[in-house]
Amino acid sequence: MNVAAAPLAGAGVRASFTGGFAWAFARDVRLALRHPGETMLVIAFFVLVASLFPLGIGAEPQLLQRIGAGVIWVCALLAAFLSLPALFAGDHADGSLEQMALSPHPVSAWASGKIAAHWVASGLPLTVLSPLLGLQYGLTPDTLVVLAAALALGTPVLSLLGAACAALTLGARGGGMLLALIALPLFVPILVFGAGAAEAQAAGLAATPHLSILAAGLLVALFAVPPAVALAIRIALE
Amino acid sequence: MNRLEARALGCSRGPARLFRDVSFEARAGEWVALRGPNGSGKTTLLRCAAGLAHADAGETFWNGVSTAREREAFRACLLYAGHLPGIKDDFSAEENLQAALGLRGVAVEGAALRSALETVGLAARRRLPARRLSAGQRRRIGLARLALDPAPLWMLDEPLTALDDEGQALFGRLLARHLGCGGLAVISTHHALTPAPAREVRLGP
Repeated sequence: MNVAAAPLAGAGVRASFTGGFAWAFARDVRLALRHPGETMLVIAFFVLVASLFPLGIGAEPQLLQRIGAGVIWVCALLAAFLSLPALFAGDHADGSLEQMALSPHPVSAWASGKIAAHWVASGLPLTVLSPLLGLQYGLTPDTLVVLAAALALGTPVLSLLGAACAALTLGARGGGMLLALIALPLFVPILVFGAGAAEAQAAGLAATPHLSILAAGLLVALFAVPPAVALAIRIALE
Repeated sequence: MNRLEARALGCSRGPARLFRDVSFEARAGEWVALRGPNGSGKTTLLRCAAGLAHADAGETFWNGVSTAREREAFRACLLYAGHLPGIKDDFSAEENLQAALGLRGVAVEGAALRSALETVGLAARRRLPARRLSAGQRRRIGLARLALDPAPLWMLDEPLTALDDEGQALFGRLLARHLGCGGLAVISTHHALTPAPAREVRLGP
């Protein structure tokens, strides 16, 4: 058996934000595709719970129209939370997280890639499905549009904030429960403004202020969360 | 010429002091063996030197520059393999290898990848999900990574665990080739390896 000679050129490895982001995003999307069941579970949970409300409350059109946006938001929030505990825990348990932390790329780069992949596998399908569920509640077409827009802006924030909490609870005993206690209260502002946007539209008011606040929240989270996640992961690996 | 130097590293976990004042040096073509009984802090020492764990005292220098200061340049040169292999159960051996190399920005052609997997004896199983490989076969994915990654510095934690005699011999050949190309290594091991270590660091109980 021959072991071919390879030149040593380690210093030539390119370290960059985009490199780390693209690597982690591609890898996690590929892993999600390998196990479509997990994404389907999130979607099934979302559809089931949102469909249970009319059955429990009664099919009174005005009432359903009134609560529709809020119910869909709460369901989306809980569904997006479902896959959060596994975001970093799996990689922590099998040593991948160590390898990533010792790669030349900055931690915030690959952590952002993982968060983006999480959103693609949870927030994005929820956003796409939400108008369909909105129809169940008799929401008007323009309200459906606003609801989807609010979810498109809000679910990435859920993924980002949730990732920060998931990184903080890494390695803690009872991490899943702790994560719920930390993350769900943080999601409240997103819920208030997200559901508020659709409700304002339904009431004949402008939804833009709500959407602007969601967009501002997204921008802040985009810049503030990755460094926080990086710090939490370093602590978890100590 | 590359050079790694650890100066007066010390670390304690809670009230227990694992080690203190540990210094070692490795130049191109040399490897340092970390030895000591279970629980003596070999893994922690390796993690401190790699920059994964925080050392209470001391510093590591790569080519004369503190690794804490030039973190990214150091990591670009470092291949670290802890006792968790970092292998995804859902990926095949080939995909795991590709992912591990891609993370370090090493571009490898498909043919080189396959020949490395053949060298470590995984050619027939390269498309199986890693969950269906044995512990030793999973270790061999790590060996293929050692064969393909051009990093000049290896830090390996018990690399011979779960490997059979043939696998251990293969590791010896890979290490000899790595050192022959001017590479250096820090390895914690209980085994006697064929290219003899330039230095041994003994950690007390």
